[in-house]
Amino acid sequence: MTTRAIDRPLVRGVAGLLIGLVLASLSVFLAAPANAQATQLCLANETTSCIVGTLRTEAGVVAGVDILVVGPSGEETLTSGEDGKWNLAVTEPGDYTVTIDKESLPDNVAVVGSAEKKLTVTIGERTRQFGALFELRTGDYSAESSKADQLMQSAVNGLRLGLLIALASLGLSLIYGTTGLSNFAHAELVTLGGVLGYAFIRLMGLPLVVGGIAVVVCCGFVGWLQDRIMWQPLRRRGLGLTQMMIVTIGLSLAMQYVFQYFVGAGTVKVELGTGDVAQFGPVALSYRSMVSMLIAIVMIAAVGYALLRTRIGRATRAVSDNPALASASGIDVDKVIRLVWTVAAAMAGLAGLLYALVISNGIRWDTGLQILLLLFAAVTLGGLGTAFGALLGSLIIGLVVELAGPLGAPGDLKYAVALGLLILLLLVRPQGLLGRAERVG
Amino acid sequence: MTMNSTEPGESLAAAESLADENAASKRPVLRAAAIVFAVFVALLILVELTGGSPTLIINGMMREAVAPQTAGVAIAVIGLNVHFGFTGLLNMGQAGFMLLGAYGFAISISKGIPLPVAILIGLAAAIVFALILGMPTLKLRGDYLAIVTISAAEILRYTGRLANLEDFTGAAQGLPGSLYRDPFTSLSIFPGGGVEWDPFRFLGLDSIGLALNYQATGVNGWWVRFVAWVLVALVTLVFFYLVRSPWGRLLRGIREDEDAIRSLGKNVFAIKMQSLVIGGALAALGGMIYVLPSAVQPDAMGRSLTFFMWTALLLGGAATIFGPILGSILFFGLRIFVQGASNSIVPDSLMNTQQSQQFSWIVIGTALMLLVIFRPQGILGDKRELRFNV
Repeated sequence: MTTRAIDRPLVRGVAGLLIGLVLASLSVFLAAPANAQATQLCLANETTSCIVGTLRTEAGVVAGVDILVVGPSGEETLTSGEDGKWNLAVTEPGDYTVTIDKESLPDNVAVVGSAEKKLTVTIGERTRQFGALFELRTGDYSAESSKADQLMQSAVNGLRLGLLIALASLGLSLIYGTTGLSNFAHAELVTLGGVLGYAFIRLMGLPLVVGGIAVVVCCGFVGWLQDRIMWQPLRRRGLGLTQMMIVTIGLSLAMQYVFQYFVGAGTVKVELGTGDVAQFGPVALSYRSMVSMLIAIVMIAAVGYALLRTRIGRATRAVSDNPALASASGIDVDKVIRLVWTVAAAMAGLAGLLYALVISNGIRWDTGLQILLLLFAAVTLGGLGTAFGALLGSLIIGLVVELAGPLGAPGDLKYAVALGLLILLLLVRPQGLLGRAERVG
Repeated sequence: MTMNSTEPGESLAAAESLADENAASKRPVLRAAAIVFAVFVALLILVELTGGSPTLIINGMMREAVAPQTAGVAIAVIGLNVHFGFTGLLNMGQAGFMLLGAYGFAISISKGIPLPVAILIGLAAAIVFALILGMPTLKLRGDYLAIVTISAAEILRYTGRLANLEDFTGAAQGLPGSLYRDPFTSLSIFPGGGVEWDPFRFLGLDSIGLALNYQATGVNGWWVRFVAWVLVALVTLVFFYLVRSPWGRLLRGIREDEDAIRSLGKNVFAIKMQSLVIGGALAALGGMIYVLPSAVQPDAMGRSLTFFMWTALLLGGAATIFGPILGSILFFGLRIFVQGASNSIVPDSLMNTQQSQQFSWIVIGTALMLLVIFRPQGILGDKRELRFNV
């Protein structure tokens, strides 16, 4: 690294990012320094910065490894503590080289990639903790099989994400199909499910199942109410679809901040802990995840059955195809749309509750905002307004998002890959996978 | 509002009754303005009675109104007005264009490219982006453009946050302003030191604490404000002539009835593309101004900013000349007002300072809904201008 003036903030950026990564693994150490007695404590201040790290393999932390730090003020040898952590207080800014002494590694543990990391340390700047991350593996860890295992695990995670997205996007697609509305506030119903779950289960102490049912009922009622007091009157007024779409944007903004008003800007957990995990060969899956996936499958199957086999389902499809004709043939279009809103909101709420329980491990005011585009991508990918297209699109999006990482996309890009796929598909098949060509243009 | 285009005969009759309608529609607007102003004053009095400081709130609003960020957003909203107000394109990724312009500009300068070239690079980046987005979607129904632009803007934001690109984009931390600001501040024609401007002293009255106090040049001083608002004025002027040109009439024609324009032998796709490119370039310019006093933060230019710009546009009035500027100033100013007033009036036990900020966003969201439902033409708009249904 040169010391050109423009590089310093960039370096700070790198350091900040590394710190972010280290913080994730070091949160215990940083949050409760008293617990870190295994290593000498480094307190950063105006004149002192810290170089820190944790040595861990996929199996656990590695203690007693020597680490050599060479910097402007000479060399220093450190040893990782019982918790695998090591740190060094430095008072001189400059370039430091951190090297793992391979001789001191336990048998069976090896460094993957470089055993030497270079850091540029600043003193008294905003960033005062500098992390050096090493990737360690035990001998049992075979890179060959681990790649396949990783893909298997990601595929299962993708399926799980896809099913939950499907639960939410099915409603989005039905609303689009029956009313033509692109509902940007749909993801807020997902957040609502999680937030209500937090209120019922965590705050009021209801059992999970009872609380879950209460969430679904409440969300369904919110959907019913939305259509009753807002969307139906607006349809009657003849408000254009573009304008209605902007109304949903306003609603989404307002709802997000209502959530933030009540639960704050942080993540709130619906239930503490993640429950027991079952191991199927290389794939680990919590029982809660399995139940969630089962619930999603049952719900989706129920909606699919209702759409295909029941009178009201046929009426819904008729309204989707041609509202005027459906109305002329004696179908109460408003009643069908009201039902669609209710069911869609209930499913979105359920999806939000399950998402908070098994995927994001809690709910934030903007959880919905994070997955809104995945919902839209799923619906568009499958074909706007086709219910089964939404299911197919969701599964594809879920798998793409989870598999993007193991297949080589940098971590931050996993959502971007799904959206990029959507744009590419629109180039060649704008009506979506299951859409009919004449719906477009 | 009718969604269907009017029949030719009807539109003649409509044209005749225009003058009357206009005159008649002025009075309720004035009445509404008077009511809004009365509520504003009443709330300020309430703030004073509950121990708050109305001058502090008004001063905060003034600061927000003249902020360079407001000017940057105003320029981007003018671009959005070209897209939506005049052509009827649903661009939901305007913040992405801003981010691209800001990146192009900031990265170029930080790599030692001179200022004028850096500006051109920022504009070119947005133009290329517009061409790439427009190609697949402009032939499709409007929602597709909305979904593709919002997705593409998000892809840009995620890409900007990538750790691998840290040397260029500064990853999630972004690029600090000190990296790219110097060539601009060194152009300053203003002297050093601080300059205070007090509207009451300016009018020869006693100061009541409404002074705006900034450095003349500085990081975030009068110089960047001056340039930003001069640019807003220039862009508005160009925009004024552009939408009155035959080309501007074509845009409106496409908004009202695409097939009619096509039947006149015009290449609708090309005109839409030109509109997308011009509006996108304006957003890039706005983005450059937006980041000048602060930093290029990918997360600061995400979907929320796009939605704010839509609110500002609809508040001021889509398809009007001054709507975007008025809307941007009011949007940022009113939010500060709602936040300050609710913080002061509502006791802390019911709403703490943090919550009053969230409350201001709830009000913004609700205002956007009510606006579109009850006054889709915004403050300055003309209802007949907004018949489009894309």
